[in-house]
Amino acid sequence: MELWISFFAAAVVAGTPLLFATLGEIMTERSGNLNLGVEGMMLMGAVMGFQIGLSTGNPAFALLAAMVAGAVGAAIFAFLTVTLRANQVVSGLSLTIFGTGFSSFAGQKLIGQVTPESIKAFFKPFSMPLLGDIPFLGPIFFRQDVFVYIGYITAIAFGIYLYKTNKGLNLRAIGENPGAADAAGINVTLYKYVHILIGGALCGLGGAYLSLVYVPAWQDYVTAGRGWIAVALVIFAAWNPYKALLGAYFFGGLDIIGFRIQGKGIHISQYLIDMLPYIVTIVVLVAVSLKKSKENSPPRSLGTPYFREER
Amino acid sequence: MEIRIIKRSDVGKTESIMIRIVAVALALFAAGLLIAFMKLNPIEVYVSMLKGAFGSAYRFRETIIKAIPLIITSLGIAVAFKMQFWNIGGEGQIAMGAFLASFVALKFPDLPKPILLLLMIIAGFIGGGLWALPPAYFKAKLGTNETIITLMMNYIALKWITFLQYGPWKDPAALGFPKIPNFSDNAILPKLLGIHIGWVMALALAVIIYFFMNHTKKGYEIAVIGESEKTAQYAGINIKKTILIAVMISGGLCGLTGMIQASAVSNTLNVGITGGVGFTAIITTWLSALSAPIIIMVSFLFAALIQGGSYIQTAFGIPEAAASMLQGIILFFVLGSEFFVKYTVVFHSSVLKKEAN
Repeated sequence: MELWISFFAAAVVAGTPLLFATLGEIMTERSGNLNLGVEGMMLMGAVMGFQIGLSTGNPAFALLAAMVAGAVGAAIFAFLTVTLRANQVVSGLSLTIFGTGFSSFAGQKLIGQVTPESIKAFFKPFSMPLLGDIPFLGPIFFRQDVFVYIGYITAIAFGIYLYKTNKGLNLRAIGENPGAADAAGINVTLYKYVHILIGGALCGLGGAYLSLVYVPAWQDYVTAGRGWIAVALVIFAAWNPYKALLGAYFFGGLDIIGFRIQGKGIHISQYLIDMLPYIVTIVVLVAVSLKKSKENSPPRSLGTPYFREER
Repeated sequence: MEIRIIKRSDVGKTESIMIRIVAVALALFAAGLLIAFMKLNPIEVYVSMLKGAFGSAYRFRETIIKAIPLIITSLGIAVAFKMQFWNIGGEGQIAMGAFLASFVALKFPDLPKPILLLLMIIAGFIGGGLWALPPAYFKAKLGTNETIITLMMNYIALKWITFLQYGPWKDPAALGFPKIPNFSDNAILPKLLGIHIGWVMALALAVIIYFFMNHTKKGYEIAVIGESEKTAQYAGINIKKTILIAVMISGGLCGLTGMIQASAVSNTLNVGITGGVGFTAIITTWLSALSAPIIIMVSFLFAALIQGGSYIQTAFGIPEAAASMLQGIILFFVLGSEFFVKYTVVFHSSVLKKEAN
């Protein structure tokens, strides 16, 4: 039992960066734009968050820097795809290439540095009053660090925003049919920009969790493909923030299963077990496309640029 | 004053090329600002990049050796992109092509050279082609998003090579050092004019792909599917089969790159065999507007960028990653410039004079 609890608790931790990135990409895709730059934005956030965290020792500044870095990456994407109507797939890929280069470039001097104590202390796990004492679930979900809790709050707040507010309704309308939303007087361009930027900021946060808390030291290419898994998780979660919670923690579990299995004395090559998250991502994608339901389908305008003149 | 955006009806070829050249120039300027921000002289840095790429016969050869995998992989990616099939699995396809070719090389080291090399070429093509097939199959059959699957398969392929290198294929003679044994001499591509024969293969393949895409029925069908699947359906094209064939060719060419790199460059298989070519080739392909002749030029320029980039690392201590940042910046500007190829921005007062199509 205790082994299971510690496994699930670790899965939640490993799933947290995925959660932020997935929520960010859901936000972006809900506005009708497919941003494949998640990996790049995560890396930009990871390096800037770490850099500022290291030089100031202040966790709030570190997180802010990570969000700004992610949002700057997203702003490049937004300008290219919304204003200049460039191809979204290629623009996103370019952002990933740029972000990867940027993070190794800016991170060159950070290699070998560890997260400062002040930040480590801030992100120390603590037990939520009452909730932490719930049997089984308490130790898994409510004896975590602040970042993990922010993850829950972000997912739920985003869910409420998307499904229960007027702005959320507008956002969904834009994703489905920007022409109709425009006719209804919604400022399509503004909505797209705002949500792409917030989405980028969330991706940046996910990256910062990896470098500041998860590792916690600077290592080159710290995301190791997690940004791409997040893109797949969006499909798995059917563009629903609540389901993103489930998907992210499930993949968090896959991420750490290798260590656990080896710890149990089962000898399978580490490299083969490392394939697991990627294989499962493929299986999930195929399974999702097998059962096509209306509920699980992407926002209808996803991937196509909108502009009034061609309406 | 109101700003309006109007779709252009006809853009001359020279004008659209000019726009792209201006975009690259602006990108170099923007990157120059970044270099200046690092308290270095951008002109000095660019000049030494040129020196690093072309400054001596040796460096020039190195640049060409770096251009070869870019050209072949870009040709492969272009075939898929033409169909709007976003194959970003070049890395994995290169790795698996190299894997299968290496299998042949290590298993039959004593075959006569021409036969062994021919078998390795076939194995490389098949390895890459087969590795590209699952995403194509799922795309054709179920409409599954190919971008993510091709990418996930990159990671699986690289883990597989790592597994071989650290496990079953580890060279027992290397004293515990995790490397795969070197190929026999018969498994190494010969040289022509001081550079391995891959450059001849790259040029020949460019001609073949150009002909295939522009003058064969299959090539035309691929283009039609890329334009619109509906049109393809009306025209009676077998969409599923065409997708599979095109992606098999796309992956096969990437796999061939893997064979060439393993045979001629590293003389063995290792995790670093792809060298990020699968990703860089996405850029070169896009910049070349999927055209085979332009791919040769752009790949050569990018090879110079990479070669020059590794040179400035030693000369100025600028991290090599700066080169990939520069690639990203160039791509941003060229992507942005497409807008000015397709549209023209006019101010309200002059709207009436222009013909709005």
